[in-house]
Amino acid sequence: MAVYCAQVTVPPADLHVVSGKGGTGKTTVAAALALALAAEGRRTLLMEVEGRQGIAQLFDVPPLPHAETRVAVAPEGGEVWALAVDPEDALLDYLEIFYNLRRAGSALRKMGAIDFATTIAPGLRDVLLTGKAIEVVRRKDKGHGYDAVVLDAPPTGRITAFLNVNTEVSGLARMGPIHNHAELVMSVIASPRTAVHLVTLLEEMPVQETLDGIQELREAHLPLGAILVNMVRRSSLDEDDLMRASSGLAIADQLRSAGIIRDTDAVAALLVDEARDLAQRLTLEDTERDRLATTGLPVLELPLLRGGVDLGGLFTLAAHLRGVS
Amino acid sequence: MSDFDLDALIDDPLIHTIVCTGSGGVGKTTTAAALGVRAAERGRRVCVLTIDPAKRLAQAMGLSRLDNSPRPVSGVIHGTLDAMMLDMKRTFDEVVEGHADPERAAQILANPFYQALSSSFAGTQEYMAMEKLGQLRSQSDADGTWDLIIVDTPPSRNALDFLDAPKRLGTFLDGRFIRILTAPARGAGRSLGRLAAMGFGIFTNVLSKVLGAQVLADVGTFVAAIDTTFGGFRERADATYALLKERGTAFVVVATPEPDALREAAYFVERLRTDDMPLAGLVVNRVQEVSPLLGADQATAAARELEASGAASSEEGRITAALLREHAARIQTAARQEHVIGRFTAAHPLVAIARVPALPEDVHDLAGLRRIGELF
Ligand SMILES: Nc1ncnc2c1ncn2[C@@H]1O[C@H](COP(=O)(O)OP(=O)(O)OP(=O)(O)O)[C@@H](O)[C@H]1O
Ligand SMILES: Nc1ncnc2c1ncn2[C@@H]1O[C@H](COP(=O)(O)OP(=O)(O)OP(=O)(O)O)[C@@H](O)[C@H]1O
Ligand SMILES: [Mg+2]
Ligand SMILES: [Mg+2]
Repeated sequence: MAVYCAQVTVPPADLHVVSGKGGTGKTTVAAALALALAAEGRRTLLMEVEGRQGIAQLFDVPPLPHAETRVAVAPEGGEVWALAVDPEDALLDYLEIFYNLRRAGSALRKMGAIDFATTIAPGLRDVLLTGKAIEVVRRKDKGHGYDAVVLDAPPTGRITAFLNVNTEVSGLARMGPIHNHAELVMSVIASPRTAVHLVTLLEEMPVQETLDGIQELREAHLPLGAILVNMVRRSSLDEDDLMRASSGLAIADQLRSAGIIRDTDAVAALLVDEARDLAQRLTLEDTERDRLATTGLPVLELPLLRGGVDLGGLFTLAAHLRGVS
Repeated sequence: MSDFDLDALIDDPLIHTIVCTGSGGVGKTTTAAALGVRAAERGRRVCVLTIDPAKRLAQAMGLSRLDNSPRPVSGVIHGTLDAMMLDMKRTFDEVVEGHADPERAAQILANPFYQALSSSFAGTQEYMAMEKLGQLRSQSDADGTWDLIIVDTPPSRNALDFLDAPKRLGTFLDGRFIRILTAPARGAGRSLGRLAAMGFGIFTNVLSKVLGAQVLADVGTFVAAIDTTFGGFRERADATYALLKERGTAFVVVATPEPDALREAAYFVERLRTDDMPLAGLVVNRVQEVSPLLGADQATAAARELEASGAASSEEGRITAALLREHAARIQTAARQEHVIGRFTAAHPLVAIARVPALPEDVHDLAGLRRIGELF
């Protein structure tokens, strides 16, 4: 039977990584999670790493600069900040930290060398982006950071390589500052301070991708959080109701008493057809729910917002993530 | 807006290539496969090139990655339908093997940079999809195996990637940086300023520390090896690109009736026009079907009436009221979809549109594909 669950909540962490199949709602859900975690006067940072300015579009603010910017105020006074990390800027930071090279770095940037290097070696890009995320997370240890950082991460197909890139680096550079930095980054990512959440829909392909992704993440010993099922269509009808509807329930009489006097039988037949479609969909969705349940991870469901996603919609999703709906 | 007649398209003997494009998850693979089944059953000799089909669909069509070439699909009622699933690494390997002597080919295939490039590089899948299309085309031109090739395109957020990625990858591989980077001593001092050259030295140093010194060396040997074996990557990409402009080619753009997908479709349509590429039409897939028999307002009013009169406390009343509300929600969804389709049409009045209804179940077998084909 279709149960709409809201009682489960997202497990606590300092770094929430939100991945999932393309288009399932990673950016939307990451933003809602940042809002949810900012409740009761806390401060959260929402980070994006794919250079698409998805956060700015979602919150309807100008493109984010290379600096942390406040984008929303949560209920009861919390704040959501946002940062769009650009690999070029992150590389300049990196060259500066390790080699005091900012000026040469700018020259390289003008030539397009940085763009080139991050293209030829996608791993380099990931080193820089995860490095930046961990730098922000670790500020908390010094008492001036965010209560939580939410990362709108690359899709399921790339998430394990993305999070694990520093393991490879620390193997390649066996000592020195780069090695130490890589170890430091992994000491946060591969620890209970991090939770990797996967967004999915109740459809075959996204669920399959989620299951494959979970297996990969487990093999890489990365910390899993929750499965976030997005765009769930709620219905007050369950499969028993629908079965009854399609097996000769006196719908036409009800319609007549509700004032539908023209084409009543045809309308009743139409509603029965629609009930059959709906029953078929619910059965299919339950199959996918069962597949997700086999992972043993907490599963949270978020409703489909029929009018599309706006700030109000984000608050609705945030309320579901806090389990207060 | 005119109606997009897909049967006329697949029946047209002058059309020999159909390319299904669109943004991620809209139904490109489903549309390509459904067109394939329908065209075959209407008498064409068809080959469908799919990319990453859903597991169950792949099983139903007997697709496997085994040999990276088309195999007959069983269960097609009449006509010829061959289908394959793209193996991008295998395709790349075949390009190498076809252009280098065995010894050098083996050397390239063993190169770690080549292995990364051929299995996980951004743009490689698009490049290889085009490459495979080129191969199937020439096989078909040579021996007449098929008279219609239908290609699916890789999942990508951005539909234009299919057109741009091969060229980008080609330019990148043929480009000057890869040469400077792989032979910094020779190139950097001369072609860059002093400060940049110094920066570059440290930069390659950082790169080799972060990535391992071996990586840069591998890139270097790879570039040297491909240089002497087969012509530039860019020329290859250009050649297949030209194929897409031919008269016998038709693009079918697929979108769902949602703002994001239709925006991508619009970009694609505009790009085809700029590049003089033949657009056949737009398939709007997974459209909510509604019956005009009962309007949303009327359904909502009736549900309210049942609830207010207490009829909804009986099973019949409660279920009927809920069904009426479901019906109203369907109509509202359909209206929103028509609204976004209308915006597309206003901007692109000449693009022919076909609507394919959303089926209650996903499409995972030949019967499902046939059903989609009947809805075209
Ligand atoms: N719960 C929801 N209800 C309704 N619409 C939603 C919901 N969640 C997301 N969407 C819509 O779905 C689309 C995709 O969402 P979003 O951009 O968050 O996905 P994504 O996974 O980040 O995509 P990408 O892979 O392109 O980065 C957007 O148009 C968004 O507004
Ligand atoms: N008209 C339809 N009604 C119901 N389900 C559909 C319809 N068209 C496609 N689907 C389902 O939608 C899902 C996505 O379709 P498909 O794989 O064809 O999309 P795609 O554009 O190829 O995706 P990708 O970009 O990931 O390659 C599949 O599960 C498919 O069965
Ligand atoms: Mg996104
Ligand atoms: Mg596909």
